[in-house]
Amino acid sequence: MAKESVIEVRDLVVDLKGNRVLNGVNLDVYRGEILGFVGASGAGKSVLTRTIVGLLPKERGRIDVFGVNLDEAGEMQRQEIERRWGILFQQGALFSSLTVGENVEFPIKEYLDVSDRLMTEIAITKLEMVGLKPDVYRKYPSELSGGMIKRVALARALALDPEILFLDEPTSGLDPISAGDFDQLILTLQRVSSIAVFMVTHDLDSLHTICDRIAVLGDGKIIEAGTMDTMLASQHPWLKAYFHGVRARSGLKAAASN
Amino acid sequence: MTAGILLSSQTRGDWVELSAAGSWTAEYAGAIEPQVDAATRDITARSIAINIARVDYLDTYGAWLIERTIRSWKNQGREARLVGLREDYRGLFEKVHSGTQTLSPPEPRPNSIIATLESVGRTMAAVGADLVQLAQMLGSLLVAVKRVALRPTTFRFTSMVHHLERVGWRAVPIVLLITVLIGAILAQQGIFHFRKFGADIYVIDMVGVLVLREVGVLIVCIMVAGRSGSSYTAELGAMRMREEIDALRTMGFDPVEVLILPRILALVIAVPVLTFLGSMAALYGGGLVSWLYGGIQPEVFLTRLREAVTSTTFEVGMIKAPFMALVIGLVACVEGLQVQGSAESLGEKTTNSVVKAIFLVIVLDGIFAMFFASIGM
Repeated sequence: MAKESVIEVRDLVVDLKGNRVLNGVNLDVYRGEILGFVGASGAGKSVLTRTIVGLLPKERGRIDVFGVNLDEAGEMQRQEIERRWGILFQQGALFSSLTVGENVEFPIKEYLDVSDRLMTEIAITKLEMVGLKPDVYRKYPSELSGGMIKRVALARALALDPEILFLDEPTSGLDPISAGDFDQLILTLQRVSSIAVFMVTHDLDSLHTICDRIAVLGDGKIIEAGTMDTMLASQHPWLKAYFHGVRARSGLKAAASN
Repeated sequence: MTAGILLSSQTRGDWVELSAAGSWTAEYAGAIEPQVDAATRDITARSIAINIARVDYLDTYGAWLIERTIRSWKNQGREARLVGLREDYRGLFEKVHSGTQTLSPPEPRPNSIIATLESVGRTMAAVGADLVQLAQMLGSLLVAVKRVALRPTTFRFTSMVHHLERVGWRAVPIVLLITVLIGAILAQQGIFHFRKFGADIYVIDMVGVLVLREVGVLIVCIMVAGRSGSSYTAELGAMRMREEIDALRTMGFDPVEVLILPRILALVIAVPVLTFLGSMAALYGGGLVSWLYGGIQPEVFLTRLREAVTSTTFEVGMIKAPFMALVIGLVACVEGLQVQGSAESLGEKTTNSVVKAIFLVIVLDGIFAMFFASIGM
């Protein structure tokens, strides 16, 4: 069976303040996979993510999500698609004036017609699924630590049981143990509900341990996409530096000895 | 996709089997919930089994609805079990099942009278704390001034000039525009009413004294509080939120000396200048209206103005300006440094800054009025 693409990006060109940041990007994200997305700082990883979710305008090219061309989608169709993806921003982007519970319930309240009781229960279930205790429900984001904020943000991204999850550097700013836990959490949740995960990351450990496929962005294009073995075999100078650098080698060794 | 349904009972011995089918997903959760309640309500058997073999799609919502039914059944001391669980949904059920859902009860709401009294009390305490904080800020500012006076090279001259441009130079057009209008309105109202008893010419006295002593400086201060005080608060607040102020402190700099002194000094210099320009513009506006609307020739206006106002009138207005600037700056900086983590707090403190600054400026104006009256100015 051919793999079904949930996101299809074709010949995408994006300009930012007069600079061509993306110049002909082609990328597929398949149903039920975790795609790791890497590239040098400033290569435009976040730009691509933000363009796909519609926060930045594109110059040329086509983006299909669930087989629907986003340019041709009407208001209703667009909302329907937005309901089916969840986004975890780098800093969490929790609404600071709402409690944790209200943050998680926010998309539920907007999109679904469910009773208050079910909404609360689902919010607590989601919080427990991301490994938090239910008593964070009434706290405010300013009372939480960085790792907890990321977890709450993940619970909010998962609130509507999305089919695609965008993660923007989910493990940045976490200590290695928390980062490892967070990786495992993403993996568990992804296996539980077989969602497609599009993960921008610099964390080599995440790439090794949880990503099914890796795509590399450079010079405004996708240089390479494939499994970790493809990456390691690639002769592209940037890829060699990235995957065979000092940090990568020690990471690989550790992964191999496990 | 078809909506999820829960088909009711099929009795097997002492077991009642409920069978679920269709899509048990977020989209249909609102419709499924009442069905689940309805289907389970009338069952009297001791044991139920929920068969989910025919469910097409299942997500957290559906899994939780089933888990919830099983839990409530078990809580009543009856037996409940899940049958026909597909392998690919096992992980999801385990996740949902492991949740405890224990939420501590919300804090009880106090009696409304007590709550009102409490909030009044807290507000009064906050007013007291505000005054203390203003005094503290003034103290740290004076310490910073002393330190800078001993080592003048450490003074952030560039920063002060930068702020002077923002709060002074760029405020000139709007200050001129508004004060011209205020002067014109004062003159028009004066002429309109004074004409009834033939005292048109005294409009010039009124406009001259009012503008130079009170209105010029007050209007300028209110505008500066709204325009520059708010921006000081928002800037310092955003810096605090991003830990820039903590960074300064750890590098051994005093935020008061680096950030606040140049800002307040810029205000103390800019406000008197703006007051002077504003007062002149208001007199000009008053003169223009007196001429065009009241028929008072400019020469007459000037002659009369010279008789009506003395240099004391002008001084009274100008002396007040730097003190009011200091109050605006202090309030803006104190509020800015109190911003907490949230975006809401930034907005609240910015509002507070403007409201408190305007209030204190008017209080200070009243105190000055008593002071000048008692020394006969």
